[in-house]
Amino acid sequence: MSIDLKTIKHISKLSRISVDEKKAEKLAGDLNSIFDFIEKLNELKTDNVEPLTSVAETTLKLRSDEVKSKNLRDQVIKNSPKENEDYFVVPKVIE
Amino acid sequence: MMSDITKQSLSELVENIKSKKLSSSEVTKAFVERSEKSKELNTYITEDYANALNKAKKFDEKPNLDLKLPGIPMAVKDLFCTKDLRTTAGSKILNNFVPTYESTVTQNIWNEGAILMGKLNCDEFAMGSSNETSFFGNVQNPIDKNLVPGGSSGGSSSAVAAQLTPITIGTDTGGSIRQPASFTGTVGLKPTYGSCSRYGIVAFASSLDQAGPMAQNVKDCALLQEVISTYDEKDSTSIDFKRNEYSKELTKDIKGKKIGIPKEYRVDGMPKEIEDLWKKGIEYAKDCGAEIIDISLPHTNYALPTYYIVAPAEASSNLARYDGVKYGFRAEGENLIDMYEKTRSEGFGAEVQRRIMIGTYVLSSGYYDAYYLKAQKVRKLIKNDFDDAYKKVDAILTPSTPSSAFKIGEKTNDPVSMYLNDIFTVPVNLAGLPGISIPAGHDAKGYPLGLQIIGKAFDEQNILNIAYAMEEKINFKNNIIDWWIK
Repeated sequence: MSIDLKTIKHISKLSRISVDEKKAEKLAGDLNSIFDFIEKLNELKTDNVEPLTSVAETTLKLRSDEVKSKNLRDQVIKNSPKENEDYFVVPKVIE
Repeated sequence: MMSDITKQSLSELVENIKSKKLSSSEVTKAFVERSEKSKELNTYITEDYANALNKAKKFDEKPNLDLKLPGIPMAVKDLFCTKDLRTTAGSKILNNFVPTYESTVTQNIWNEGAILMGKLNCDEFAMGSSNETSFFGNVQNPIDKNLVPGGSSGGSSSAVAAQLTPITIGTDTGGSIRQPASFTGTVGLKPTYGSCSRYGIVAFASSLDQAGPMAQNVKDCALLQEVISTYDEKDSTSIDFKRNEYSKELTKDIKGKKIGIPKEYRVDGMPKEIEDLWKKGIEYAKDCGAEIIDISLPHTNYALPTYYIVAPAEASSNLARYDGVKYGFRAEGENLIDMYEKTRSEGFGAEVQRRIMIGTYVLSSGYYDAYYLKAQKVRKLIKNDFDDAYKKVDAILTPSTPSSAFKIGEKTNDPVSMYLNDIFTVPVNLAGLPGISIPAGHDAKGYPLGLQIIGKAFDEQNILNIAYAMEEKINFKNNIIDWWIK
């Protein structure tokens, strides 16, 4: 299998990571060598194997729906890269 | 003597503080001073020395000597969220992030009287085996100049080996506690999945991540495991099982324990010194009264390829949250999408971007069944291997790593050769089992080598006991000459 530059551009779009030509070429090389290594799994027949989604064999516990954390609005907003007192600020979305 | 304080093990320091031979201030000052003299190792991302000294002073004014870690200073991996103290995960994208909450594991540690000294360097989002992917630079291994300390918990392994902190915690997704412990001649335990809460740990691969202790010896390691392992309702995969008082129940009596030797771990091209170390380990285990049994884990060779689908898939999903909106680094863009793409392109390092791309690809439409589902099925086969083996044995003995520590820059250009570092540790995470690495010898260059003991799920006590018994027979000494202190 070979991952071409077009596929890299597609994955980068899905990943929301911009890549220029140079980076795309480097990534294609790296990903191809990694997938060559991953292809080894195809040696195994797994038709009748149940997939393992979690090693923790527990069911999710229910809890009462109570607010436990304090109001940390100011501290939370402080971590924002661009703040406007009460809101997170992003580039204009609606024209 | 201040220098003598930092040479003491955690258990000795606890004893000396409890018997009032030492105060928390004396101990904290000694480790802070040694840390300050050791900047060249680049172990710390964020120092919090002034606060640590203040907290020590406060502790001494009203010491509670019934606690398990009374006034003990400790630096922790910068993957644990610490309330009001910057937490970066080794990434530019979290360079200025200050958590509003504390991770459960660190909270457990402070509840027992320990004092935070600072945050330790690590590979970016714990993705790496040499600490070279950190935005904050390489960490030096105190064993030798320009040698990697392992990864991803490289700042942690280096800080414990160099005695900048009496003990520490790391996280282990595919070997990130055990491999750096092996590279620095220290002890590292990856607990059973669900043993230590993941709440407040910056997530990498949620079905594999576990926090665990990194220490100078097995007894210290058992003591810290006892403190950090608690059931936590804030982590939906935390498991409510009966936890031992690991340090109190620690015993060297392992007579009659059945220890398995998996033939598939004898990998192609394994250096002779690793093979020899393993043989020596088998002899030590026999000397302790254990019974050695040959076993087979037939799908071992498929563990790394499985891991490199499962871990990046989970990472790509977990790291989707870093978008430059609510916290962390932001790059300006012409519109919202452009801002996301530039933020993530400039904010993540090369290895993290590579793994996000792999993960996105294997989860994308048309490839999910061929890769992700396939990997989950093979993961089941790997777990079945261990389940079968544990019908015959109580624990499994393997080397921790396929080589000793390598030089900085030696493997950075070849991701696959870097990934091979974790060949002996990754199967343990995939199966959710506990594993401990203990130092067991040196290679021809004098660099430490480790042995790994893998246990049944929730059987930390048993592998700690085996490690404790073998540690005495091995009698390992780290030869560190403080080359970085001028």
